[in-house]
Amino acid sequence: MSATHAPVGGASADNGPVKTDPVSTWADERLGIYKGTKNLIRKVFPDHWSFLLGEIALFSFILILLSGVFLTLWFNPSMGEVEYHGSYLPLQGVSMSEAYASTLHISFDVRAGLLMRQVHHWAALIFIMAIMVHMLRIFFTGAFRKPREINWLIGFTLMVLGLLEGFAGYSLPDDLLSGTGLRIASGVILSIPIVGTYVSYFLFGGDFPGHDFIPRLFTIHVLLIPALIVGLVTAHLILVFVQKHTQWAGPGKTNENVVGLPLLPVYTAKAGGFMFVIFGVVFLLAGLVQINPIWAYGPYTPDQISAGSQPDWYIGFLEGSLRMMPNWEWNIWGHTLSFNVLIPSLVVPGILFTGLALWPFFEQWVTGDKREHHLLDRPRNRPTRTGIGVAGITFYGVLWLGGGNDIIATHFHLSVEALTWTFRVLVFLGPVIAFWCTKRIALGLQRRDKDKVLHGRETGIIKVSLGGEFTEVHEPLSAGERYRLTAHEVQKPLELGPATDENGVERPGNRALKLRARASQAMFSDNVETTVEEYKELEAGHGHH
Amino acid sequence: MTDRDMETDHLPENTGGAGHGTLTKDAAAENPFQDPGLPAYRPRVTDLDPKAAKRAERQVALLFLVSIVGIIGSMVCYTFVPNDRVHTFTGLGTVNMNNLALGLCLGFAFLAMGGGAIHWARTLMTDVDLVQERHPMKSDAESTAFAVSEFKQGVADSGFTKYPLIRRSLLTAMLLLPLPAVWLLRDLGPLPDDNLRHTLWAPGEKLVNPNTGQPLKASDVPTGTLALANPAALADDPENRIDNLAKAAVLVVRLPQEALKGSEEQKKKQWDWSVDGVMAFSKICTHVGCPVALYEQQTHHMLCPCHQSTFDLSDDGKVIFGPAARSLPQLPITVDADGNLVAVSDFREPVGPSFWERG
Repeated sequence: MSATHAPVGGASADNGPVKTDPVSTWADERLGIYKGTKNLIRKVFPDHWSFLLGEIALFSFILILLSGVFLTLWFNPSMGEVEYHGSYLPLQGVSMSEAYASTLHISFDVRAGLLMRQVHHWAALIFIMAIMVHMLRIFFTGAFRKPREINWLIGFTLMVLGLLEGFAGYSLPDDLLSGTGLRIASGVILSIPIVGTYVSYFLFGGDFPGHDFIPRLFTIHVLLIPALIVGLVTAHLILVFVQKHTQWAGPGKTNENVVGLPLLPVYTAKAGGFMFVIFGVVFLLAGLVQINPIWAYGPYTPDQISAGSQPDWYIGFLEGSLRMMPNWEWNIWGHTLSFNVLIPSLVVPGILFTGLALWPFFEQWVTGDKREHHLLDRPRNRPTRTGIGVAGITFYGVLWLGGGNDIIATHFHLSVEALTWTFRVLVFLGPVIAFWCTKRIALGLQRRDKDKVLHGRETGIIKVSLGGEFTEVHEPLSAGERYRLTAHEVQKPLELGPATDENGVERPGNRALKLRARASQAMFSDNVETTVEEYKELEAGHGHH
Repeated sequence: MTDRDMETDHLPENTGGAGHGTLTKDAAAENPFQDPGLPAYRPRVTDLDPKAAKRAERQVALLFLVSIVGIIGSMVCYTFVPNDRVHTFTGLGTVNMNNLALGLCLGFAFLAMGGGAIHWARTLMTDVDLVQERHPMKSDAESTAFAVSEFKQGVADSGFTKYPLIRRSLLTAMLLLPLPAVWLLRDLGPLPDDNLRHTLWAPGEKLVNPNTGQPLKASDVPTGTLALANPAALADDPENRIDNLAKAAVLVVRLPQEALKGSEEQKKKQWDWSVDGVMAFSKICTHVGCPVALYEQQTHHMLCPCHQSTFDLSDDGKVIFGPAARSLPQLPITVDADGNLVAVSDFREPVGPSFWERG
């Protein structure tokens, strides 16, 4: 299946019986392991730092699973009320849920319990961060293009599941901070038109907070969502194997091959080593940097709160969205429509996430490109996509900052009202400015690439001619570098012919085509192209100037 | 003459390396942007110098040794560093020493193990790039034809197309199948009924201090203070205490009559529902239900720390900033024969977040 051109370690020439050890033979006779793995053992993976982002997500997930199992050995997911009599003195005799009491027990009375709690929490924060940055890498380099659209959707689903799983885990200890988070979630659910009240009563088993929610959430957190994540991660990885990893264009690296180092030994050692590095970083964090000190917050009670309450970072954008929304609410025909809750917590993330999930299909519709793509795009060569991505990051970033408006206000002595208004404006203005700047920068970089290809690299060496003219010496690029900078296709905007044929009959599907052409014009009309002809013309002209 | 003249002179006859190159000088002249092929393998120091390789070997082994020490150290620390010993470090704050020791031991054990493996891969494992061809994901024509014919044969053998009665009844059954999955969840919770419209407050229900359980008197609330109060009945039902509290928690303030704002009618209502200016408001934010908590005594503004909804208690709890859409509901109160503050009735409107049926 795969032709390797390695100068070392080729396949053995003779086909005689190969000696194998009895254990492998035993396994092979039952599982066919040689047949199944012969093409996997030396499977090639391209190397680039940006390909490690998904690995960070995978490895932190493994750590989450392991530390999570440890925590379940002591955690008691119950909302039954108990009086605390553990070794944390400030809460002696305080009435609290068993969930909270058992979390205190893990933190103070189980050795390594605090460590595992902190490993679990830090790894979760890193997990979601890694998923998001990995997803941005895929987006900006066009790695979602055919044939990888399905894997994009799997990855997208994993991100959503990761967010849900994180929020569920954060809510389990039933401390004041996480209980407040659940209270907000219940308020959001209540705002859903028609079914909201019913959904809330079914989820919480009656009035908020009730007695059922933490045990239910526990099952969702330790069984349902992890099982889905494990299943989807497996599918995600199988697809990466089957479709082979994308790579950057470069000398010898084309759309038809994959160049890199083999799974055994190099990739195994590097990826396995990287896994332990991630483990090490998380354990150091867990040992040195405190996170989520639930004993300081106290048990959840619906009539108490502390100022400066902040969720885990990945919920911050929803928090900010809720905070900056104007207080619109309608009462129509005896029913309440809470736009002030509905729009920021369900509509805004709904649009953001739907757009993200469908982007590959939208882009394919605009380009009409149905070919397989295995070479990554440099973000500059897709200025509109890159601009939209940065606009999205800006939108998300403003929402996220808005979630900390009270912290920003108290730290920098600003008015929280003025800050909220600033964010209300920025959330619309910021993405537009970001798009425009990014697109300009990307096009500027394209021109710079063109300049480098045609005129070579600036050396910083200044020559003076006999006539007194100063010129900078440009060193021509190597053939490899020239190939790297010109290997991408310059996407041409879609040009439409006349809308009607000679008989005046309109082209079928004209409306959609026009829309597509307009999108295509917007996306590709200002791309910079460097042609062989330009290069040759300059070459030929050298003697004359 | 410019510097660009050196261009073709610098182009090697064959720019490809390690036998992969395809670009000859002629081809490059034809298409200067052509792929020159993989560059020649550049050996590392460890490939050329056996001493360097030996050194790398020792470094890798040392890292694995550090890992061994860390792993054993973690068990020693687990056993001997007391879990209740804390120490304060500059920059770290007060830390649990057992946690710190375990984190450091295991952290460095993992880092050294990972670092060792990576260093081994980078210095000693063969790192010559391999090239593997890609093949289109699409099945070849032969496979497609075979699979399609097999599938058609299977369908034909089943008679799925031949017996529409079977087909339609099966599809209907399959469509119905997901319904019980939802139906059977009915007992997850009770129907909301009008639970969201009622709290524990009732005529004559005492306002009690949440900490002491003692009844609250008007004299307990001087101007400028903020007091919290629960219904006395909260203690009667420990099983549902938190659920009841989530709707019934109130805050009590005293406002001078001249501080009241708004229409005459509103001022009269607000004063009538108070006891000499001592008035009770729901503590549950009308946005998404956080307890409002930050009181500005000069302006009588009440701020919710969750999303900064700000209510003006002197203006009937109206929203003056933030995402909340409705005023904080006021609880009408009076005094009983013993001078204790008591509710006149339940809240006259639902407290807390909006919901569809609220109207």
